[in-house]
Amino acid sequence: MSELPLSATADAALQAAPATKARGYWATVGRRIMRDKVSIACALVLILIFLSAILAPWLGLEDPYKGSMIRRLRHIGTVGYPLGTDELGRDMLARLIYGGRLSLVIGILPVILAFCIGTSLGLVAGYVGGKLNTAIMRTIDVFYAFPSVLLAIAISGALGAGILNSIVSLTVVFVPQITRVAESVTTGVRNMDFVEAARASGAGPFTIMRVHILGNVLGAIFVYATSLISVSMILAAGLSFLGLGTKPPEPEWGLMLNTLRTAIYVNPWVAALPGAMIFAVSICFNLLSDGLRSAMDIRN
Amino acid sequence: MLAYIARRIVYVIPIVISVALVCFLLVHITPGDPLVAVLPADASQELAAQLRAAYGFDRPLPVQFGLWLLRALHGDLGNSIATGRPVLAEVMRAVGNTVTLAIAAALIGFTMGILLGLIAGYFRETWIDKVATSFAIAGVSVPHYWLGMVMVIIFSVQLNWLPAVGAGPNGSNSWAWDWAHLQYLVLPAITTSVIPMGIVTRTVRALTGDILSQDFVEALRAKGLHERGVFRHVIKNAAPTALAVMGLQLGYMLGGSILIETVFSWPGSGFLLNSAIFQRDLPLLQGTILILALFFVFLNLLVDIAQAAIDPRIKRG
Repeated sequence: MSELPLSATADAALQAAPATKARGYWATVGRRIMRDKVSIACALVLILIFLSAILAPWLGLEDPYKGSMIRRLRHIGTVGYPLGTDELGRDMLARLIYGGRLSLVIGILPVILAFCIGTSLGLVAGYVGGKLNTAIMRTIDVFYAFPSVLLAIAISGALGAGILNSIVSLTVVFVPQITRVAESVTTGVRNMDFVEAARASGAGPFTIMRVHILGNVLGAIFVYATSLISVSMILAAGLSFLGLGTKPPEPEWGLMLNTLRTAIYVNPWVAALPGAMIFAVSICFNLLSDGLRSAMDIRN
Repeated sequence: MLAYIARRIVYVIPIVISVALVCFLLVHITPGDPLVAVLPADASQELAAQLRAAYGFDRPLPVQFGLWLLRALHGDLGNSIATGRPVLAEVMRAVGNTVTLAIAAALIGFTMGILLGLIAGYFRETWIDKVATSFAIAGVSVPHYWLGMVMVIIFSVQLNWLPAVGAGPNGSNSWAWDWAHLQYLVLPAITTSVIPMGIVTRTVRALTGDILSQDFVEALRAKGLHERGVFRHVIKNAAPTALAVMGLQLGYMLGGSILIETVFSWPGSGFLLNSAIFQRDLPLLQGTILILALFFVFLNLLVDIAQAAIDPRIKRG
């Protein structure tokens, strides 16, 4: 082939560049997810739950702490109490909405913390390799020897009941899982040509990790982390359900489910409401995570 | 094969020791004195010191760990602070009930999961696939302790078909294979089975889809093999991975049964763990977690070996 067509193509490409303005990776992902009806519906439900939890004090709700012995366990649809009242006569609608505040924080915070810690550990283990990799990954393996529910309950049970302890124990459960994913994607990227090029042009290990590797692995780790939120919500509420998380009278879905257990013979469907909230949040996060995963899989 | 098994067993030894270390350290991250549970509130300093020496809490940590490990190897996990009975005996009695529950749940969950997964993978992108996938998503997203409560509300409170709590008539603690006991197993087993059902469905669906899109399936069909024959190839190729996933799920059911057992007052290891936590019975807590984690490690070992036995590619790798 002569030189002429090659430079002609390059010229054409140069001229075409500003006109087509190729969409970036994240813009493409965003467009793909906007077309996915299920993901959009889940996102809307989650936004509704989040907003009502944040705005709870301004929604004109009953006091979620104030009970009354004469109006205990009203049925769903009672005038003034659209979702009934709980075993201490507190308005269920108010408690479910206020309950979102604590429930969402203790469910999501462990995943965020584990995402930060796990990504750092995995990045270092994957990039540095060698003995450090072995040390980090073998330590991680130990945590894999415990079923995750057992590990969360063991740590929480040993530390004692409390919100902080339950967040710590769930973070410990998720760090190994995220570290493993982060390590494997980093190992896949570290030997690529552009990393070698960065090193050759004098970039230090921290710059390479931060600029060149993190940008290429963060997406995959992020998607994995979002898939953990559903499990984390269920486990966090589960710890409270066992009495290891939130303490009464705080409104929190897991704890509410626990205290209402005694009411299942009197007013069963009111007793089941807090669990339905956990289920709704958990399934929405799961579907959203699935949608994100397939939107990011550009090859298909 | 024998060499592979030997190598796998050698891998397990450091894991077992680390698991023991974690269980040992659990007691030492606990705030407060582990003796609080046994000591009367007005106990003298001397009595406290005496008991501390009797339980060995006055020695340095590494020495305590070494002694504890040595005794654990001989099957002595100490005595429960609350009841005074040996921890090992208490745990083993409870684990039996958990195993019964886990196996019943595994039978339901794995059968449903394999069937739904095969159907969904085979009829991919049709309405059948959508229905099966929705089941799977619901299964992995549902807070199972809540599902247990809903089951009790429907089948015990409203319909009065099945008992709500316990593992046998008149608060019986020992299991027997008759209807009087079996009806107590139905609700907890179905509740426990939904998570493995969802995960196995998703795994088998993905495997079936991947295998069906491979070239060798095309070749089999081109040769004129009937669909039943193709299906057999799919199952053979999916089996090793599906088996690994199911083994892991069985382990999760054995180790993570505490929530379900609490909802149904099922007298298994999870129930024991719950009471150990709330009575601050640290030897019992430590022993229960150690034994459940060891079960999990050995189950994983068995699955690896079984996987190598049916998939010749693994041994070579």
